[in-house]
Formats: sequence, structure tokens, C-alpha cells
Amino acid sequence: MDFDLTMVNWARAQFAFTAMYHWIFVPLTLGLSFLCAFFETIYVRTGNKEWRAITKFWMTLFGINFAIGVATGIILEFQFGTNWSNYSWIVGDIFGAPLAIEGLFAFFLEATFFAVMFFGWNRVSKKFHLFSTWMVAIGSNLSAVWILVANGWMQNPVGMTFNPETARFEMQNFFEVVFNPVAVSKFVHTSSSGFLFASLFVLSISCWFLIKGRHLKMAKRSIIVASVFGLLSSSFVAFSGDESAYVVAQKQPMKLAAIEGLYKGETTAGLVAAGILRGDKQPGDGQDPFLIKIKIPFMLSLLANRSFSSFVPGIDDLVYGNEEQGIESTASKMAKGKTAINDLAEFKIARKENNNPKADLALARFKKNQDYMGYGYLDKPEEAVPPVAIPYYAFHIMVALGTLFPVLFAAFLFYALKDSLTRESLKKWLLPIGLISGFLGLVAQESGWVVAEVGRQPWSIYGLLPVKASTTNLAASNVQITFFMFFVVFTLLLTAEIAIMLKQISIGPEEGPLK
Amino acid sequence: MISTLDYAILQQLWWIIIAIVGALFLFLTLVQGGQTLLWQVAKTDLEKTLVITSLGRKWKMPFTTLVLFGGALFAAFPKFYATSFGGAYWVWMLILFSFIIQAVSYEYRKKPNNFLGSTVYELFLFINGSIGILLIGVAIATFYTGSNFTLDLYNRVTWNYTLLGINLRGLEAAFSLFNLSLGIFLVFNARVLGAQYLLNSIDLSSTPKLESKLRKHTWNSFLIALPFLIYMVICILFMKGFNVDDAGIVSLVSSKYLSNLLAMPHLLILLLAGIILVLYGVLLSKFKGSHKGIWFSGLGTVFVGLVVLCLPAFNNTAFYPSKLDLQSSLTIYNASSSHYTLAIMTYVAIGIPFVLGYVVYVWKLMDSKKLTKEEVINEESY
Ligand code: HDD
Ligand code: HEM
Ligand code: HEM
Repeated sequence: MDFDLTMVNWARAQFAFTAMYHWIFVPLTLGLSFLCAFFETIYVRTGNKEWRAITKFWMTLFGINFAIGVATGIILEFQFGTNWSNYSWIVGDIFGAPLAIEGLFAFFLEATFFAVMFFGWNRVSKKFHLFSTWMVAIGSNLSAVWILVANGWMQNPVGMTFNPETARFEMQNFFEVVFNPVAVSKFVHTSSSGFLFASLFVLSISCWFLIKGRHLKMAKRSIIVASVFGLLSSSFVAFSGDESAYVVAQKQPMKLAAIEGLYKGETTAGLVAAGILRGDKQPGDGQDPFLIKIKIPFMLSLLANRSFSSFVPGIDDLVYGNEEQGIESTASKMAKGKTAINDLAEFKIARKENNNPKADLALARFKKNQDYMGYGYLDKPEEAVPPVAIPYYAFHIMVALGTLFPVLFAAFLFYALKDSLTRESLKKWLLPIGLISGFLGLVAQESGWVVAEVGRQPWSIYGLLPVKASTTNLAASNVQITFFMFFVVFTLLLTAEIAIMLKQISIGPEEGPLK
Repeated sequence: MISTLDYAILQQLWWIIIAIVGALFLFLTLVQGGQTLLWQVAKTDLEKTLVITSLGRKWKMPFTTLVLFGGALFAAFPKFYATSFGGAYWVWMLILFSFIIQAVSYEYRKKPNNFLGSTVYELFLFINGSIGILLIGVAIATFYTGSNFTLDLYNRVTWNYTLLGINLRGLEAAFSLFNLSLGIFLVFNARVLGAQYLLNSIDLSSTPKLESKLRKHTWNSFLIALPFLIYMVICILFMKGFNVDDAGIVSLVSSKYLSNLLAMPHLLILLLAGIILVLYGVLLSKFKGSHKGIWFSGLGTVFVGLVVLCLPAFNNTAFYPSKLDLQSSLTIYNASSSHYTLAIMTYVAIGIPFVLGYVVYVWKLMDSKKLTKEEVINEESY
């Protein structure tokens, strides 16, 4: 089968670009909505106007972020249809449902109560306003649930079968799709990473105020709330990250091998804590993949299989097979896959010609190999390997930052409780680190998704449908043009967003009540 | 219980749900209509702020309804989703762009240091209300006039319409008089609704000029929309339609939609009721000094929308017909999800009345007081 790889690559670039833009704003929405709800709850409980001013300040920033988050979201949803129409048809029976449910139950909740949150201060009761703020927080996190169910299904397709009559996958069990272990681990890790990121955002801006010596009261109070939330969520992020890695090891061994740079599988495998990959390393060439590395013994086996002595397959094992461990080679899967594709074609044609005996025979043959069909689209076994360096480095950046953040929040909480955040000496080290921590959070966020999505390559639906067979039959130039349209429009909007955000920060909260 | 329902019933039910969501979207385009009125009706800063703030409180509604419309189509009719979005690429992309730029405009227009300047954001709103809605109309109209695609054995779409060697990927639909009429009708109908909504939601006592302009534009936009509506209805009654026979073979049949209307008289009644309601609402706004016109015209729009979306889908008709290869045409029966998925989605749809309920409740709560000059000056505004 022929694929227009130029089109495929532009479509990938477009998805990556637009999704990474969306992901600048979404994690902030996920967490800041809750932080606003916390601030407002304190206000309603205490009746203290100062907390109201604090709430309103963070809410303004929330609104600026929310608008562009929504703008960048709509295109992702429709991109499945425009650029990945073959994908949409083949898996729409399963994949469409969570998107529809997300629209119905999450986006409407947000949309409805968002208006109250911003314009309802004097139109509804205090209690109802608070309720609305909570609803926005819950609504945005519900949208994370459903989109991650969809994404989790791409990583680990469950709850469906292939229907040869329609030549697509059809849902068999909705609950398996929803409670897919990958979806569950994705949701807990992703939403907690959003809480973490928003806490870092609040921390950053508050540090800036402290350094400038402005709005000290608000800054200190915000830091207390953000460090508590941040400490809890960053600990949870680390914990759920470990769980994510375990699930990856179980369901996507190739991704795990890539993020660890593991080529030769090992029992009692060690975890590479840090290391530099050799640029010219190829699967099967026998070279040591690392130029330098620091390794923690046994840890990878523990992480991947919850047992020190277990075997963790490497890229070479997965590509070339490993009889001892019972791992089938990719070449063998490809051969079966090609047979399956041919049998399916024969079946379809026989059906069309109403030659039922012939169709039944082809179908029986197809059924034997149907699980390998996706492999039939690959051209060579090495194609089954994702570009190792990208997920490898992204993973290590994420984990390094993930270990730093809890320490950072603990330090802030410590000084905040001693009420010594305004101490001059802190301006030399802690506050500047706090100031840039928001940016570091964003780096960790984007890295996490790069691990998840680049590590999934070459598959759209892991093991079943390669990316190159998912696209629309469309001349590459179309996708190229829209790519640049998005590039220009999103960059303009992002610039505007940053300019407005910075201005609002420098204006600061209403000083009246906080004096 | 739902899972034991007939496959065909679920398919029909889901098309009705889609039609309801689509029709509600058309009602909510009052926001887009209002956006195109901004420069015409609001001359002073205060008037502008009143108009934008009032629209801004509702902007997420049509947007989210559009997203839901897409999501519901994906879940219930994935073959349509794949064929239309992937095939008529440029129509959809341009629609999406117009919504992307809308989404930020309310929030950013008046904020200090907003980089592009408020006029650009107002232009974004105008583009969304004009080109965006026009193209949505064009896309809907292809349910009647058909598109230029073929599907292969594996349902992969090929789009074939070239002009000067360029494959227009759906944009050619904008060159049809019928399609354009539906688009223009929707743009001006949205303006009618927008003006009526603003009459209803703003306390106009301090801005009498704004009020008289809104009344004038309700009427003028209606007068412009009317001939396009009449033209469309006449075309629909007499045009050839895409009939599906018992063996599933698609063919062009004359006066197909007329016979659909006669076969489904409830749609005919809905259509007439819709048109009368729109007219009544407009007359209220123009001659009676009433603020309530929006509710009549709004409901009328929903009725007309339902008819427009249901007429080409039921009574053995192909709702997404192919002009190039009749047999590639999509019907609600060959384009839908599996029985299982539709059943699951129907359980999900039980939540729709609940969602609608709180949306209406909050809308009423927020609009119980009219938007006043004092409020936009002293409190939050866009
Ligand atoms: C502030 C952000 C942040 C931080 C500090 C971490 N993560 Fe993370 N990680 C994410 C934000 C994130 C994410 C953006 O939310 C991802 C992308 C996809 C997903 O499920 O969550 C992710 C994905 C992701 C994956 C891939 C999941 C998949 O492919 O399905 C793994 C294995 C980990 N993480 C593991 C960790 C570990 C062991 C961490 C150590 C503390 C860690 N993450 C910290
Ligand atoms: C690539 C797949 C994705 C698609 C198709 C998608 C789709 C969308 C759409 C259509 C919107 C606008 C909705 C509206 O309010 O009308 C949106 C906003 C939003 N999305 Fe996504 N999204 C994707 C990824 C994600 C992920 C991974 C998350 C969270 C884990 C997420 C969370 C949100 C949230 C919280 C919003 C609210 C607005 C905001 O960003 O501030 N989205 N998304
Ligand atoms: C919002 C956070 C996300 C980010 C930053 C992100 C990032 C990326 C990146 C970098 C790629 C390109 C991979 C490559 O081609 O090498 C990609 C592809 C893709 N992602 Fe995501 N992704 C996100 C969420 C999602 C979600 C939630 C879904 C599905 C529901 C999704 C579906 C896809 C699809 C369909 C592609 C294109 C084809 C493919 O590579 O399979 N993404 N994404």
C-alpha cells in the first residue's frame, strides 16, 4: 500500500503543534479553577473582603487563559475528521463516544457556570456564585476525564473487536473503555500535574510580587494556599508517574524501552537516572546506546514489573524477537499482518461480487491473523521503533523536575509558615527559583506529552493502526497551508495573551481591601 | 431496555438528537448575528460596551453547541464525520478558524496592552458572524445538493472537484446559488435574532438611539433574509432529491423533498409554524415595542432548523449525497455507529434534558435583571 508520507508528516506536525499549544493553557485551567474555588471558599467562609480581592485577581488571569484554551481546543476535536479521516472512520465507533460525552457533560458545565463566575458577582447570591466557581473547576476536570479516556484507548485499545463486514473496529464494552487502566493512570497523573502546574504559576507570580515588594499580603497568602496544594499534588504526581510507568511497561513495552534507552533486555534491569545517548545507535547494531550514564541497579525491573528479578524487554528483543522470553519478532508479525490484509481484501471483493463461499473462506483465513493486521502496513521491522532520543530525554527531564517540585513547595511552605518569606536573603535564591518554577512546570508538562505521544509512534492505535494509515486522502499542500495558518494565528494569540497577562499582573489586585 | 431497541430506531433517534443540537445551534447564532450588528448599531463607547458585554455573556453557548454537534456526529455517524470533515476540508477549516478567533475576542478586546488593538478583535467577531455562519449554511445545504466524493471499499474518501487544476476540497459548495442562499439566510436570520436578543437583555432607557437602531435592524435583516428563505423553500420543493430504494440503491428522483414533506406532514406543520413564529416575533419587535420578540423568533428558528435537518435524512433519503457517485451517498443507516454504541450513547443522552435544564435555569437567573449602564461602568464588562 502507498502512503503519502509528506502528508502524514505535515498532519503529525499539525497535531503536535496544535496539541502542544492547547496544553500550554489546559493544565493551568485544570488547576487554577480549583485554586480560585479555594480562594473564594475562604472568602465566603470568612466574609473577609481581602480574600475576595485575591480571588478576583486570580480569576482575571484564569479568564484570560481560559479563552485561548478554548480557542485552541476546538481545532483538535475537528482535526480528527479533517486530517485523520481514515482513523475517524475505523475507530469512530469507539473513539467518538468519549468526545461526545465530554462535550455534553463537561464543556456545558464550564460554559454555563463560567458566565456566572465572571458576571454573576452581583446577580446571584454569594453561595450560588461559589457553587458556580466549583462547577467550573469540576467541569474542566471532567473534560480531562473524557479526553483522556479517548487518548488512553489509543494507547491501549480495549473493549472492541474488528468487524470485517464494515472493515472497522466496533465497541463491545463501554466500561472496559472507560476503566481502561491506561485511561485511569493517565487521568490521575494528568489532572494532578495540572494542579501542580497551577500551583507553580501562582507561586511564580507571587514571588515576583515579593521580589518587587508589591502586594505583599496577597502574595504571602497566595503562596500558603499554593504551596499546600502544590506539595500535595506534586507528591501525588510523582506517585502516579511511577504508576504510569508501570502501566506503560505492561501495555506498551516498546515505549518503555524507548524512554529508558534500553536496547538489550535484562533481568534485574537497572534504571538510567541520567545519561547521554549515542547519536548513531541503531537497533540491532550491538553498540552500547549510551556515551555516559548513571545507573541505579535493579530499579527498572522494579519499576516495570514490581519485582527486582523480572525481565524487561529491550528494543532489540521486541524488534528481532527473543525466543527464551517468548517474544515474537516484528518481522513475523508483519508477515502475518500482510496475510491478514490480503485476506481481508479478498473477502471484501468476494462479498461485493456476492460470492459467499469464497468470502467465507477468506474470512476464516483472515480471522487467524487479524490481530496482526496493523503490522502488515509496516515496511520494515525497525519501523516499529519510535524515535528513541525524543521520548528518552523528555522522560528524564520530566522526572528530574518531578523530583524537584515537592522539595520546592516544602521549602516555600516552611518559610511561609515561619512568616519569613519577605526576608532579604531569600531574594537571592528561593524567590528567583520560585519565579522561574512556572516555566519549569510548563517544560515538565510538555515533556510528559512528548513521552506519551512520540513514544506511541509509529502507531495511532497501539499495535493496530499505524499513523501513516490513519490520514485523510488529501494533498499535502492543504495541510501545509493550514499548518502555517495555525502557526500564525496561534502565535499572534499567544503573544496577545502573554502581553495581556503581564499587564494584568503588573496592575495587580484591587488594593482597596488588601491595604 | 434501550439496548433492545431496533437498530433502525436508534439510528433515527440519533439523527433527531443531532437535528435538535443543530437547531439549537442556529438559535444560539444570535451571538454571531449580534457580532455583525456591532458596528452598525453601536456608535458610542457605552453602546458598544453594552452590546459586547451582553453578547459576551453568551458567547460560549453557540461555541460549545458547535463542539457538541461535532462530537455527537463523530460518535453517532462516524462515517459522515470522516467523509465530510476530511472531504470538504476547506469549508470546515475556515469555519473553525472563524470560531478560533472569536473565542479570544471578547476576553481580549478591551484589556489593556492587548497587542492587536480593539478594532482587530471586533473584526474577528464580524468575520465569525458573517463568513463563519455563511459557510455553516453552505455546509448544511450540501445535504440537499450533494458533494463531490467517492468512497472506496474501505470507506476512504476521495474528493474530486477541480478548478484550474486545484482540488477545492469542499469550497466549490459556495458556488451554488442554493447553497449560498441558505448561508445568507442564516447570516441575516442570526442578525434578526441578535437584534432581538439585545433588545431583550439590555436596559435601553439610557440609550434610546441603540434601541431604535436595534428595532430597525430586526426588520431590515428580516426583509433581506426573507427572499432567500422563499427561494430556498421553492427550490427544495421542486429540486431532484437523492432517493434510496429498498435494495439500498441511490437514485435522483424529482420533487423528492416535496414528497418527503407530504409523507411527513408533521415536518410541514413544523415548517409553517416556524415561519409564522419568526414572523410574529419580528412584528412584535418592530411594531409593538416589545422586548419579547426573541422568544418567538428563536423558537421559530429552532423549528425551521429541525425541518431543514430532518427533511433530507428520513423517508428513504440520503442525507449526505454524492454527486460524483450516487452509490457512495451516506444515509443514516449506512453511516452510523454500531448498535451497541448507539445504545450506549442513548443512555448518555438521557442526560441531555438535565443539561438543558441547568443551562436554562442559569440563563434565566443571569438575565433576570437587564444589563444596565451602571453595571458595565462599575463592574465587570467586556
Ligand atoms: C508537571 C508536570 C509533570 C511532572 C512533574 C511529571 N509528569 Fe509524568 N506526565 C505529565 C506531567 C508530569 C503529563 C503531561 O500529564 C503526562 C502526559 C500524558 C499523561 O498521561 O500525562 C505525563 C506522562 C507520563 C508518562 C507516560 C504515560 C503514557 O505514555 O501513557 C510517564 C511514564 C510519566 N509521566 C512518569 C512520570 C514520573 C515517573 C514522574 C516523576 C516524578 C513524572 N511523570 C512527573
Ligand atoms: C487532543 C485532544 C483534545 C481535544 C480534541 C480537545 C478538545 C477541546 C475542545 C473542543 C475545547 C473547547 C471546548 C469548549 O469549551 O467549547 C477544549 C477545551 C478544553 N480542553 Fe481540550 N482537547 C484535547 C486535549 C485536552 C486534554 C489532554 C485535556 C486535559 C487533560 C483537555 C482539557 C480541556 C479543558 C480543561 C478545556 C477548557 C478550556 C481551557 O483549555 O481552558 N483537553 N478541548
Ligand atoms: C494536550 C496534550 C497533548 C499533547 C501536547 C500531544 C502531543 C502530540 C505530539 C507531540 C504528537 C506528534 C507525535 C509524532 O508524530 O511524533 C501528537 C500526535 C497525535 N496525538 Fe497527541 N498530544 C496531546 C493529547 C492528545 C490527546 C488527548 C489525543 C487523543 C484524544 C491525542 C491524539 C493524537 C493524534 C491522533 C495524533 C496524530 C497521529 C499520531 O501520532 O497518532 N493527543 N500529539
